[in-house]
Formats: sequence, C-alpha cells, structure tokens
Amino acid sequence: MRRMAYSFPEEVLEHVFSFIQSDNDRNSISLVCKSWYEVERWCRRKIFVGNCYSVCPSMVIKRFPEVRSIELKGKPHFADFNLVPEGWGGYVYPWITAMASSYPWLQEIRLKRMVITDDCLELIAKSFKNFNVLVLSSCEGFSTDGLVAIAANCRNLRELDLRESEVEDFNGHWLSHFPDTYTSLVSLNISCLGSEVSFSALERLVGRCPNLRTLRLNRAVPLDRIANLLSRVPQLVELGTGAYSSEMRPEVFSNLAGAVTHCKQLSSLSGFWDVNPACLPAVYPTCTRLTSLNLSYATIQSPELTKLVSQCHNLQCLWVLDYIEDSGLEAIAASCKDLRELRVFPSDPFGVEVEPNVSLTEQGLVSVSEGCSKLQSVLYFCRQMSNAALITIARNRPNMTRFRLCIIEPRTPDYLTLQPLDMGFGAIVEHCKDLQRLSLSGLLTDRVFEYIGTYANKLEMLSVAFAGDSDLGLHHILSGCENLRKLEIRDCPFGDKALLANAAKLETMRSLWMSSCSVSYGACKLLGQKMPRLNVEVIDERGPPDSRPESCHVEKLYIYRTVAGARLDMPDFVWTMDEDSAVGLS
Amino acid sequence: MESSDKSFERNNGLNLKATELRLGLPGSVSPERDDGAEDNNWYPSGEVKSLVSGDKRGFSDAIDGCSGKWVFSVSGGSEVDLCKGGGLFSPRGFNVGKSLAGSEGKNQQEGVAATVGKVNVTQPQKPLQEKRPQLSTPAAKAQVVGWPPIRSFRKNSMANHPPKNDDNAEAKSGCLYVKVSMDGAPYLRKIDLKTYGSYLELSSALEKMFSCFTIGQCGYHGVPSRDGLTERRLMDLLHGSEYVLTYEDKDGDWMLVGDVPWEMFSNSCKRLRIMKSSEAIGLAPRVMEKSKNRY
Repeated sequence: MRRMAYSFPEEVLEHVFSFIQSDNDRNSISLVCKSWYEVERWCRRKIFVGNCYSVCPSMVIKRFPEVRSIELKGKPHFADFNLVPEGWGGYVYPWITAMASSYPWLQEIRLKRMVITDDCLELIAKSFKNFNVLVLSSCEGFSTDGLVAIAANCRNLRELDLRESEVEDFNGHWLSHFPDTYTSLVSLNISCLGSEVSFSALERLVGRCPNLRTLRLNRAVPLDRIANLLSRVPQLVELGTGAYSSEMRPEVFSNLAGAVTHCKQLSSLSGFWDVNPACLPAVYPTCTRLTSLNLSYATIQSPELTKLVSQCHNLQCLWVLDYIEDSGLEAIAASCKDLRELRVFPSDPFGVEVEPNVSLTEQGLVSVSEGCSKLQSVLYFCRQMSNAALITIARNRPNMTRFRLCIIEPRTPDYLTLQPLDMGFGAIVEHCKDLQRLSLSGLLTDRVFEYIGTYANKLEMLSVAFAGDSDLGLHHILSGCENLRKLEIRDCPFGDKALLANAAKLETMRSLWMSSCSVSYGACKLLGQKMPRLNVEVIDERGPPDSRPESCHVEKLYIYRTVAGARLDMPDFVWTMDEDSAVGLS
Repeated sequence: MESSDKSFERNNGLNLKATELRLGLPGSVSPERDDGAEDNNWYPSGEVKSLVSGDKRGFSDAIDGCSGKWVFSVSGGSEVDLCKGGGLFSPRGFNVGKSLAGSEGKNQQEGVAATVGKVNVTQPQKPLQEKRPQLSTPAAKAQVVGWPPIRSFRKNSMANHPPKNDDNAEAKSGCLYVKVSMDGAPYLRKIDLKTYGSYLELSSALEKMFSCFTIGQCGYHGVPSRDGLTERRLMDLLHGSEYVLTYEDKDGDWMLVGDVPWEMFSNSCKRLRIMKSSEAIGLAPRVMEKSKNRY
C-alpha cells in the first residue's frame, strides 16, 4: 500500500473512517482518491445490498474483504401481496456459500424477502464462529429443523428474529436445542411460528439470559404463562404476547398485572391475538412507559382500545386496527402528543356489505395530524377520503416523511365532490418537502403525477395502483423525482412510450415494478437490448412471450440496475431481455 | 443522458414502422389480452378460450359440476355432461372505471358523476358463486390479487379468527392462502382458497397453474411438445392415474380432495399436493375413518 508523503498514515485514516457509519458517506469517501478507496474498502464492516441481484457475492467479497455484517433484500416489495409468483428467486444460498469461505468472522446476517433453506441455516451455524445476529424478515424456505442448527451451534447468538417469515413449522422442539451453557440471548422474535414451544425450555432459556431485552412470543403461548416468563426477565424492554385471552381467573390476572408492573423497563408491547377485553387492564401499569404499541391483531372495540391507548402519553409508535374508529383517533390526538408513527389496518378488508363495519373515516387521520405535531409516518386504510382532508393533513404536517394511504375500493373519488384526489395528494407532495415514501390510492388522473414529478424532490419510493390515464403520468414521474429509487406500479394504463423515453432514468433507480400495465413485449426487448446495465425481467405465466405478438402486453415487468449481468436462477416464467432475446431488431 | 432520451424517441418512431410495435391507446386493451389486462388472477388468459370451448376434455370433464361435489374419476371413467353455466371458468376482469381512465381529464366531472354509481355497484361478481346453494350472503366481490395490499401473514391471522362483530363472519372471512405443490415440479404455487366456490373452480385453476409442469412430464413420456405448449393437461395425467390431488387438513392428515362438501374442505385445508398415485395408497380408507370420527 503506497503511502503518499503528504497524506495521513493508513491507521489514522482508518480510525477516522470508523466514525462514518452511513453507507452513502462511506461511498463518498471511497471516491475521493485511490488510497482512500483502498483504506475504506479494507475497513468497511457493514454492507447493505438493497437488491441481491444487483451485484454478485464474489464482487462484494473481492472489494470488501473484512465485512462483519451484511444485509440483503431479495424479492420486490409487491411480493408481500402475492404479486410475485412463487419460485421467482431471491435465493440466499450463493451468498452464504461464498461468505462461508471468505468471511469466517461474519457476525450479522439480515435478510428481507429472501429464500433461505435449512441447508443455509446449517451452513451459517457451522461456518461463522462469532455469529451474533440473524434477522429473517418476510423470508421463506426454511423449517424448524434449520432453527435447530442455529440454536445448537451458535454459541454467541444475540439476536434471532423471524419476523413475518414463513416457516415450515414441524414442532417447537428446536427451542430446546439451546444448550444450558448458552446465555447470550438479547432478542428473540418467534411471533410468526405456529407451534407450541416447550414452556419449560422457554422459561429456562429466558431465565438464564441476563441481557434479554426483546421477547416476541407466538400465538400459541397462552396468557397464563406470561406472568411466569416475565418474572424471570424483569429487565425486559420489549414484549410480544401470545394469544391474549384466558378465562381470567383472578389469580391469573393479578399475577400478570404484578409481573408487568415489575418490568420497569418495558416500553414496547405487541402480540395481543384473540384478545379478551377483560384481560386488558393487566397491562395498564405499563401504559405511561410505552413508546411502542402494536395492537394490529387485537380485535377489540373502540371503547376498550381508546381507554388503553389514551393512557399512553409517551407513545411514539402505534399500530392498530380500524376498530379504533374516528373517536379513538381523536382521543389519541389529545393524549399521545409524542406520536411519530401511526398505522391503521382494516379489520374487514374484503367486506361485502355496503355499510362499513366500523366508523373510521378520513376524519380520524385529520384529527391525529392536527393533534400530534411529531407525526411523520402514516399507513392508513380507510374507505373514504376527500381532497379537503388531504390538504388539511398536508398543511398540518409538513414534517411528514412517509405517507401511505390505502382507500380500500380502487378508484374511489373524493366522496364530497366526486372529483379525483389529484389535488389532495398534490398538496401532500407540495407541503411535505421531506417526503421519502408515498403510496397512492383512490381516483387519480395524470395530473397527480405531474404534481409528484414537480414537487416530490426527496421522494425515494412510490407505490401506484389503479391510477392515471396515459403514459404521460409515468413520464411525469420518471422525468421528475430526482431521488426516486423504487417505483412500483400495478394496474395503470402506462405503456411503452414513457418507459422508453425515460430509459436512462432507470439506471439511477434501484428497481421498477410494473404489473397489469400496458407495456409491450417489444418494448421490453428493446429496453433490454439497449440498456446492458439493466436487467429487464418479464414475468409471464402464460408461457414464453415469444409465442405471442410483440405488441402483446406483458403481465409483469421487473427492471433493476445491476453490475452482475442477467441472473441464472430464473424459473420458467421469467425471461431476461438482453441482446440475445432481441430477435428481429437491428 | 438527454441524448439517449432523444435517441429513444427517434428509435421509437423508427421501430414503430420497422417492427410494427403497436402502442395501445391509454385505456384500450389489445385483443390478445382480453380483459386479462386487469385480471391479476393466476390464470394465463391465453388458455381461457380453449377451456370455454368445452369440447376438449380436461379436468372439468370428470367433475359433476351441477351438484357442487367433486367426483374424482381416476380411471378416466364417466364423461359427465358439463353444466355449462356452473361448470366453466369465466375470466374475472376488473373493469370498473375504465371509462374514467379514458376520459383524459376532459369532462371529468361529467364522466365521474356518470360513472360514480358504477364504482360502487358494478363490481364484477363471481358468476359461479351466485349459483352456489350453500352461500346465503350476496355474491362476494371479485377479489383482485394483492388488493388491498395486506401481507399474507396478517390476512391469514385475520382469516383464522374473523372479526367478532361480524354477523356473516363465516361467509366472508377474507382469504386464505395455501401452498400447492406437485411432485416433480420445481417450485410450488400459492392460491387463495376463498376465491373459489367449488371443486370445479379449484380444479380449473390448478390445471392452468400446473399445465406448464405437465409439459415436462409429457416430454418424459415421449409426447412431443411444440413451442413449449402441449395438448395434454393435468387431468389427462390424473386420468392416467399417475397423480392424485390431496390436501393436508387442520389435524395434519393427508386426505384425498373431493370427498367432503366444498365448504368443509376449504375450511380445513391447509395445503394441497398433487401427489403421485403410488404414494397416495391408503389415503381413501382414512377419509372414511375421519368422517366417522368427526360426527
């Protein structure tokens, strides 16, 4: 390593760089000069790969030889809603095998929407002696057998988080494979599992881990077991209950209330499946300490919900079902002045009845936007909305950074004026200058996209469904929105013109998803041919696109920038458009 | 960057002539798509026509569509006449608001007002559900895949325990995704059982979903396939007693599909498996035992 006479020695540079954790800053550092690039790459410890197919493992390992922590994301976001067929991809196996030989000191693996098999879990357990953290968010492909390998072999495991993964759940025995000598658990999230785990094994496990802070149990853990568990973990900070129902014999209630009171650090609660409202008061003692409350599985009515939540004066994050109703949200607006994030989920999303089952309208959201000055992140499912309400919300909360509105019925207009909701969302992007994420719904014309393209300068992720009139809509987005990284579109009349005219934009973004739009196979081929640094993947379950005319619209299209070339693990309903596939075009 | 934009626009024009790329007008649908443009279901719309014609023998032939009960014919036996109305797959398009989409901003108020009634009412209804004798509620809305955008985990949690204040909780418990695997197929599918009203609908859907796998099977058995498409269908293989359709119920037992009423099946089915017949020996008698024990 050549040393310039006029620059700092490596060790100093490395020490300085160690204070820089942000990936963007690290990337900037590496561009300053060759020597900085070299120093930086040897001391980078944490890697984030937002699209596992944008780069191949060997490239990462070659550039960054001393990584300790890796985060990978696989499938497109719409896979959460079953729009990506099974078998599409996102396999972590090649990464694990490559890292097993090159990163023996790897400590942390965080995966989102990837397929991980039991073999991978075994390989992880055997290859990384210092392995600390395994987070599998919305992953699939593994079973409780794989968890046995992790439990039995990872002596230094601190965090095991399976949030919302699909696990082949044979039984709960895997938990018993943590050896008696194992005491380093800090965080355990098994809320997605179905089977009962051995309660005695669980109690012993939590009892011998003095650093345990987070315990998210699964539905199968009954309420009357919680008190016992809690009594062994008085230092617990985050608790996810199992099913929150029982006959509530007086001693169960008092034990639970007592145990809860005893956990003085408890600031986050979740779980609450199958809630028996009579049991709720047991958690009242924690309310003033709570900063995070997830009641989104709790099917309890507004009065009980409101009574609980309005005691949580320090609440920062609330997830709840629409049973909270407008009245509950008003109470929250008055009591939870520190609220930063609100998510309201629908209790009856597929409801057939004309009358909604709950009284939750746009008014609830307006109230919260008025009362909670720190509110910056919203996910709201409702059945009616008006431009007036959206404009009010925008004016109240210019500090909004994430705004996701889902009006359940597609193409619903402003219920007061019957107009499209263009103006309302326009106000959101105009007033909320730091908006990073936006999801649209309701009746929308090309006009709303003009607003977004013009004003949403910080927008990084946009989700669009059943909106727009023509290619102009897509063109507005792609020609504006300087910071756009992820764009996902379904069921919109956007086609070839806007896509081809803005092809270069696609290289500045992580990915574009379009399904049930009007993009032709010919355009896909053209794009794939002309843009070698993009993978243009056509997903079509009707058979090879070649068997249909070029003008035929593709079912689904996923375009992402990559330095790894076309991937080799595609199933037979995915085709990559590249030079080879561009038959007939000169 | 700008020059490549411009060159694309130029190329676009050139290519329009050279390759006759047809860029559809906004809101219009090219004939190949039918209303598949807005149909997010799993069904490849290209195969719809061949099913509707009815003269090709497929899965549905072995099914007694009229009674709603699925009679599974293993030896290629009875050719039951289809109840055309109740038996065949109808594409479920989602056409609401298409006229709105095409209005292009002019006369928007008029367009909107004129069709707003439609927005609430013209939900395309599942035609087959209207004919179901079991269902007492009004026909469910056609469910668009992935809408509203709620994760499977949440949907399945709610499906297992429907909202309490709901009188019709049983009928509309949302949706339930189950995995469908086929022995020998490289990957499995997920389907929403609640979108089907009968064994007939389920079988049609499975046929379309897995016909691409039977291509491989046909190749293996020496039937030539042209351009990846083949005349043989899933049911032909099933007729040939090579495969049977089985499911895992809530108790973890594997049962043959078709022996119990549809509602009972859809409420207890956790996953489906298209199994090789040789492995399915011994399933039938257990079904009998279970029925005895259940009631």
